[in-house]
Amino acid sequence: MAPRYQNRIELLQGTLDLLILQTLRWGPQHGYGISQTIRTNSGDILQVDTGSLYPALHRLERQKWVAADWKVSENKQRVRVYRLTARGKKQLESERSRWAQVSDAIAGVLNPAKKESEA
Amino acid sequence: MTFSFWHRQKRESELEEELQSHLQMAAQDRADRGESPEQAKGAARRELGNVGLIKEVTREMLGWASVERLMQDLRYGFRMLAKSPGFTGVAILTLALGIGANTALFSVVNGVLFNPLPYPHPDQLVWVAESKPNFATGSISFPNFRDWQKNNRTFSAMGAYRPYSYNLTGLGEAEQLRSMLITSDFFSVLSVNPQIGRSFAPGEDEIGAAPIAMISAGLWKRKFGSSPDAVGKTLSLDGKNFTIVGVLPAGFDLGLGSFRNVDIYVPLGQWSNPLLPKRGAGLGIHGIGRLKTGISIAQARADMEAVTGSLATAYPDADKGIGAAVISLKQEMVGDLRLFLLVLLAAVGFVLLIACVNVANLMVARSSARMREFAIRTALGASQGRLLRQLLTESILLSFTGGVLGLLLAAWGTKAALHQLPVNLPRSGEVALDARVLIFTLIISLACGIFFGLAPAFKSARPNLHDTFKEGGRGGSGARHRAQGMFVVVEMAMALVLLIAAGLMIRSLGALWNVNPGFDPHNVLAFGVALPPSMNSTGPAGARAALRRLNDALSAVPGVTASSLSWGAIPMDSDDEDLFWIEGKPKPASENDMDWALSYVVQENYLQVMRIPLERGRFFTARDDESAPHVIVVDDVFARQYFPDQNPIGQHVFLQNKGGRAEIIGIVGHVKQWGLDTDDTESLRAQLYFPYMQLPDQAMDASSWSGTGALVRFDPKVPAIGDALRAAVRRLSAEHVMYGAQTMDDIISSSLATRKVSMILLGVFAALALGLASIGIYGVISYLVGQRTQEIGIRLALGAKRTDVLRLVLGEGMKMAALGLMIGLVAALGLTRLMAGLLFGVSATDPLTFAAVALLLTLVALAACYIPARRAMRVDPMVALRYE
Repeated sequence: MAPRYQNRIELLQGTLDLLILQTLRWGPQHGYGISQTIRTNSGDILQVDTGSLYPALHRLERQKWVAADWKVSENKQRVRVYRLTARGKKQLESERSRWAQVSDAIAGVLNPAKKESEA
Repeated sequence: MTFSFWHRQKRESELEEELQSHLQMAAQDRADRGESPEQAKGAARRELGNVGLIKEVTREMLGWASVERLMQDLRYGFRMLAKSPGFTGVAILTLALGIGANTALFSVVNGVLFNPLPYPHPDQLVWVAESKPNFATGSISFPNFRDWQKNNRTFSAMGAYRPYSYNLTGLGEAEQLRSMLITSDFFSVLSVNPQIGRSFAPGEDEIGAAPIAMISAGLWKRKFGSSPDAVGKTLSLDGKNFTIVGVLPAGFDLGLGSFRNVDIYVPLGQWSNPLLPKRGAGLGIHGIGRLKTGISIAQARADMEAVTGSLATAYPDADKGIGAAVISLKQEMVGDLRLFLLVLLAAVGFVLLIACVNVANLMVARSSARMREFAIRTALGASQGRLLRQLLTESILLSFTGGVLGLLLAAWGTKAALHQLPVNLPRSGEVALDARVLIFTLIISLACGIFFGLAPAFKSARPNLHDTFKEGGRGGSGARHRAQGMFVVVEMAMALVLLIAAGLMIRSLGALWNVNPGFDPHNVLAFGVALPPSMNSTGPAGARAALRRLNDALSAVPGVTASSLSWGAIPMDSDDEDLFWIEGKPKPASENDMDWALSYVVQENYLQVMRIPLERGRFFTARDDESAPHVIVVDDVFARQYFPDQNPIGQHVFLQNKGGRAEIIGIVGHVKQWGLDTDDTESLRAQLYFPYMQLPDQAMDASSWSGTGALVRFDPKVPAIGDALRAAVRRLSAEHVMYGAQTMDDIISSSLATRKVSMILLGVFAALALGLASIGIYGVISYLVGQRTQEIGIRLALGAKRTDVLRLVLGEGMKMAALGLMIGLVAALGLTRLMAGLLFGVSATDPLTFAAVALLLTLVALAACYIPARRAMRVDPMVALRYE
């Protein structure tokens, strides 16, 4: 029970970073927007936990992969808007290719027969 | 700092605002989808989760949290500790005692063993002596010393010293002062300069130079009120006027035993001993030296080997077989104490460990009471690491408070304890709480905190929420019992090791006290009498008459049953040797080829005074005087060594320095001259007795000595015998001074002082360990009985006998104790070997001590378990079950 939030961050760490960076590729967004986009784009399957999102955003900011500015939203609300930096784009590239490798690898493990027949 | 704090505040409020806007947007979305505003708000908040935790985790990401969390933990820790003052008080006091004792002992070890000597380039300082066939470190003859000084190539300076005592007259009441005869180089070796005046110049230490002296700061203050005019004034020492040329700095104490409380330094050449210019004479002169830069002790030894080698060739008569011993000065000062101090440091370290285990035990007991608190904090989202940090913060807070208190105890106690020590601890003036001691205390405090904080922390930081809440806080898990049981085992094992160490010391001392010293030391007083300087001109006959008058005066004192003046050796106190050869054998070519024996110059009543048994022949009578043929008495070791197949009585020996031929007239028992413990292993053990009045006329020249020794046997029922003797001496003349009185019992006792102190301190530490360990086992068993009250109630209700219950609880305790004893015995077998050097007459693995101590500890453990076991036996099943 105790390590609930932290465990989930650890679990999702690499993946969540990838999802955030990918989301920001389409333009700057605030935290809530990012979580909604991920949720919508995953067909409501991935629900980003707030307790993971903000620590992740601040960490990405510290690593200078994203930058943040305060803006006023359509609803006249001050919001913190995150955008992808040049370094963040590079990071996204490498994370994407790594993700592709990992998912290929997992697919291979899950479907060994198919692989064999291909070989 | 200010900037980062401000920066942090800003980020903090930004994060807050960011989360608020997230909340609002989420609520807005929900409202847009048709939920009521309240519903939407509530759902959004639920979805967001624990705002405080998100903030904390984010803060952690930003790395700001640590300082803030530490402050928070400290505040919380203070509150928790203040809430249970009983626990806190006991824990801090236990730790303060443990840490204080360790700090105190470490400050002694640090000052005595670790700190460099307080002189410039202390590594260059060495102690030198002559190595002879019989003595590894014998005294250096003055002519040899001069040649060493001149011929060596590795020393930048070399100085010699010889303890002496002068009789000071003309400045208030006559008194005996501890003095040191030194060569001119002595203080330049050490780089010590007088605070006023000057040191001795080269040449001023030669025989026949003008009489000058340097005095200690203490004497300067006492006799001259620290007035600078003292330089240039004269001191009347043994009736001769010495001009004061300098005053030493306050607190100068070389740290070699003979330099303690020395008040007067005089050039060695002033010594009127006729043997001083003789190359073969061993007169108690030793040396110190400073090596040239970059020269090692090994190089100096090689150099001195060449020097003494060429001297042996040049003067085979005196120097054949004579080498030089070169030892680091610090080693010479503290060599004997190393083992003693390290054993005590190890023992006191064990006490601290036991104290830590006890505190850890308290912490575990307390943490089980705090199970609910931890469960609640966990439920509220505290992470495991956070709880661990909290527990560690509390324990380190405890150990640091204990450490600070211990430091105060040590600062206050060390000096006091050093004064109480019956051992003349060299360098004790250098014992202080310096940076190294402070760091030591800091480290052991920290280590203690981590040690006893971690054990319960690991237990408590993983609380099982479900069980804890369900049990209503009566969380009793087997793991904790096992942990507490382990503490008991560890405590028992360590207490056993300490008790065995103390037991071995007690057995050693017991064995030593049972050693027959060869004489009866009870009710014997040994002292010196300084004779008036006016006697210098009376000649041998006058001197003998004065000595006879003195002995008559002493034996006339009511309460004195026998008295004898003595010269030379006093058992276990001072020694003197005579060179001789046996008649019928050719006279040896050199003094080095002569035999030698311990020499006691005494009067006819000496055997009554010392109650040494006469084995054969007769002892001296008053008729064995200056006009009678010379006679000697030897001990049985002498008789066996030199006359293995003959009757020594009637044989003659030639004494090199005591008037030649003398007849052996009797054999007495051997006296343990070198101490109860080491006498048997010394190479020089043969003893001979010489009648005082037959000392050659040149030895009866009163100007060459300042007084005589005396020994009296007294009736213990007569009070203040010392005062009566002093008064009798004073009645002879105002210039007769009695000094240095000590009973033979005291002399023996101080020869055992180091061992006695080890025994007392080890005993205290062992008692402390025993007390702590029995409190520990009592606490654990009490706790277990408390936990199992219901179970016991059920057992009783089902028909168990009360004695079964007693056996059950005692068995539980004994299981832990037995395991502890076994581990302790194995550990002791390994560890006590290290203290073998402190033991006497008992092996380091003495089975009797091991068994007795194990039995003692078992009984104590049994007693500690018995009290809670009786409580368990008296459990009323009805009451116990009703609690359910």
